[in-house]
Amino acid sequence: MSLSLADVEKVARLARLAMNDQELQAAQAQLNNIFGLIAEMQAVDTKGVEPMSHSQDLAQRLREDVVTESNQREAFQAVAPQVEQGLYLVPQVIE
Amino acid sequence: MIHSSLTQLGAALRAKKISSVELTQSYLDRIAQLNPSLNAFITLNPEMSLAQAREADTRFASGKVGALTGIPIAQKDIFCAKGWLTTCGSKMLHNFVSPYDAHVISQFNNAGAINLGKTNMDEFAMGSSNETSHYGAVKNPWDTARVPGGSSGGTAAAVAARLCAAATGTDTGGSIRQPAALCGISGLKPTYGVVSRYGMIAFASSLDQAGPMGRSAEDLALMLNVMAGFDERDSTSLQRDKEDYTRDLNKPLTGLRIGLPKEFFAEGMGADVAKAVEAALAEYKKLGAVIVDISLPNSKLSVPVYYVLAPAEASSNLSRFDGVRYGYRAPEYGDLADMYEKSRAQGFGAEVKRRIMIGTYVLSHGYYDAYYLQAQKIRRLIAQDFTEAYKQCDVIMGPTSPSTAFKLGEKGDDPVQMYLSDIYTIAVNLAGLPGMSIPCGFGANDMPVGLQIIGNYFDEARMLNVAHQFQLATDWHSRAPKL
Repeated sequence: MSLSLADVEKVARLARLAMNDQELQAAQAQLNNIFGLIAEMQAVDTKGVEPMSHSQDLAQRLREDVVTESNQREAFQAVAPQVEQGLYLVPQVIE
Repeated sequence: MIHSSLTQLGAALRAKKISSVELTQSYLDRIAQLNPSLNAFITLNPEMSLAQAREADTRFASGKVGALTGIPIAQKDIFCAKGWLTTCGSKMLHNFVSPYDAHVISQFNNAGAINLGKTNMDEFAMGSSNETSHYGAVKNPWDTARVPGGSSGGTAAAVAARLCAAATGTDTGGSIRQPAALCGISGLKPTYGVVSRYGMIAFASSLDQAGPMGRSAEDLALMLNVMAGFDERDSTSLQRDKEDYTRDLNKPLTGLRIGLPKEFFAEGMGADVAKAVEAALAEYKKLGAVIVDISLPNSKLSVPVYYVLAPAEASSNLSRFDGVRYGYRAPEYGDLADMYEKSRAQGFGAEVKRRIMIGTYVLSHGYYDAYYLQAQKIRRLIAQDFTEAYKQCDVIMGPTSPSTAFKLGEKGDDPVQMYLSDIYTIAVNLAGLPGMSIPCGFGANDMPVGLQIIGNYFDEARMLNVAHQFQLATDWHSRAPKL
């Protein structure tokens, strides 16, 4: 299989990456090379094999439902691009 | 002093032959002299390093000291360290001064070690040559026209050039072992879950694991003693009893069964690498080991499986970089979506964008079963091959990398060629096993060759024993580049 330019454009949009036509074309060629490498996987018979997400097959650990973090708003907002009165600023989303 | 082992440095500090401030300053001086040509460090902060050294010196006066107290250790720039610029090799985090410490950093701080600086790396640990770093490529100290490997290339170059006593790395598909091999040093990726990932900037969470890089197996054991241990802040951290990784260093290797996977010795490996690895195996036979032929039939699928799973996890992990809470934000934008798209397009480099796109695609509607699920199933087959193999052997050996260090720019425009340089290391991450690389000779152009040692789950102490005994019998690990 290979990705069309429209596929690559859609993926870039889903990934929230702005790309111009030239970048999309370069990405198309490289992604198709990489998917050529990945294609080797498709022929393998995996009927009945359980997918493995993690090497140790552990259950999720639970903890007491208590507060463990202290308020560090100022420290965390010190590294934010734009804040005002303790709030993160972004372009208006609701009219 | 710069060629001393961690044990020797610790003894000199405890005997007050040298202070931590003097030792730290001597490394900082060497970095000032050599880093401009090697580019191994992204951030240095002599003031903070020396403040830690002064504090360590007061600990020697009070007697509360451990094996690494007062010793300058460089940290890969993937670990958040409070008050330190932490970039992960990316423009995206060019201004990110971490408000907190990673677990690994806390462990070194508690041990009284000195944070000597943050080492250069491939952007978000995605790369095998260190050429994807936003802060410029690292040069291999053995030949500055060549790459140090990646992604922990800054760490590997710093250790090889004796710019630090030892350093940390992380390994998702070979990022500790491959640069260790290419720079002629030792490096260990522990069993998945042994070292906490808290505060270690995530690439592919089910594969990422931090580990030590240094000049010898003995040094790695002392480093791992500090790094390993349960941490409730990492949901995959394993609850196990604390181990002393130095405990088996001096055991003889008589009767050790070394498995050689026939797939690792097939086509693709350079003749120079093969020669050095075979010489190392001959040395092991002299030390009393026996060789067992084994097979890892699915290991050839590890590169394709990895390039589905790792980008899938990365595309999810890297969605947090949106220009809102920290990191880079584009100077000009329209609405919110435009701000996201431009900030990410400008903040991420080409390789990171490629992997985000692969991951986004394989996780998208209609392709999940064919790619992601299929890759996870083959991952299990790869892991089962190792389980079968360990019924016949104690450790597995082979090359770390198919070739010695290649030239900067040599694999430039072809991502697939670059991906294949991790062909022997990736299966280990997929299975979650511990793996290491130790120097075992020199190949073409007098560049170092690494021997890979793969252990069974939680067999780090045995692997360190196997490596240490080799290093007692040979001197490859003590060779240093002329600088």
